Amino acid sequence: MGINITLFGQMITFTVFILFTMKFVWPPIKQAMSEREKRIQDGLASAERASHELELAKEQGAAHIREAKSQAAEIIEKANRQGASLVDEAREEARTVAERERVAAEARIEQEVSQARAALRKEVSELAILGASRILEREVDPKAHQQMLDQLTEQV
Amino acid sequence: MAAGGSATDYVQHHLVHASVGEGFWTLHIDTLIVSWVLGLVFLGVFYSVARRASVDAPSGIQTVVEACVEFIDNQTRESFHGPREFVAPLALTIFVWVLLWNLMDLLPVDLFPVLVKMLGFEYVRILPSADMNATFGLSLTVLLLIIIYSIKGKGWGGFGKELIHHPFGSHPLLWPANLMLNIVEMIAKPVSLGMRLFGNLYAAEMIFILIALLPIWAQWVPGVAWAIFHILVIPLQAFIFMVLTVVYLSLAYEEH
Repeated sequence: MGINITLFGQMITFTVFILFTMKFVWPPIKQAMSEREKRIQDGLASAERASHELELAKEQGAAHIREAKSQAAEIIEKANRQGASLVDEAREEARTVAERERVAAEARIEQEVSQARAALRKEVSELAILGASRILEREVDPKAHQQMLDQLTEQV
Repeated sequence: MAAGGSATDYVQHHLVHASVGEGFWTLHIDTLIVSWVLGLVFLGVFYSVARRASVDAPSGIQTVVEACVEFIDNQTRESFHGPREFVAPLALTIFVWVLLWNLMDLLPVDLFPVLVKMLGFEYVRILPSADMNATFGLSLTVLLLIIIYSIKGKGWGGFGKELIHHPFGSHPLLWPANLMLNIVEMIAKPVSLGMRLFGNLYAAEMIFILIALLPIWAQWVPGVAWAIFHILVIPLQAFIFMVLTVVYLSLAYEEH
């Protein structure tokens, strides 16, 4: 035992080993490790980004659906309104047509009534003249009594 | 236990290095070869992983190596706040190399002595951490690095000023005291580093050798118990050496 030249041999060996480790061992291993670390970090980051995007897409999809639903509801409502207004219009038209018909019919009836009345009057006046001539046993000049006859007709 | 001879002979036999040369020029062949082989195992494994390092599909061995690198990287990042291109590989080298050294303590104490005896050699010690030359080889290199980092971090002037102004004050009368204290502190660092590792592992080896003195049927219980306890000590000592080195370098590099 005791210190001797072996010490210096060990020092030289140690120095060589350190330099070898520093040059050829440490950097490649460290580089591989940090590279892997970076990849893992990137992977995690992109996974996070993807999940974020997924969430966003989901939200967008939901918004689209909501919009579509509201649009559909709007369209249905509009259609309903249109249908109702069509029915209203049709009803209105029918009513005016019926009214017009009624008015025309009434006018026709009026006219017929007045015709009938005129005919009746005429007949009555003729009958009256006939009756009067029978009573008087002679011809009554209708012209002479026209005014009276007219008065009579008016009264009928 | 080797046949023949007293217990003292047996223990002493296990504490002699395979060496060449005389006096200071003695070279502990066993320490050198074992630490080289272990260092080459470390570098070979780590280098082959580093060359084929895959980002997408790390193999099993790559995962283990990366765990080590990650661990060391975290430790150095916590303690050292300068550029770490040198400090982190240094810490990795210390940790793994010392760990492998210490693991040699778990091999049976008689295995290698018997093997080398077959090859015709008398002595061998396969635990580099129980050789002061190995542990001080590390810690003295660390001392040099401490000086280099002090100069790098503070400049020649800053480092010199700190040596004579710190810790008592910048009065010229206090300079000798400051310098003395700083030199003691600077020497204490590698000594404590080297002695701690050496002491722990030397003691542990000694206990394994003493356990090996027991009769063969009685070795199991203390042997297993000590080995299990030692599994804790092995990485702990490697870790302490590594962390203290980084802390010392950080203290040296940063302004007080």
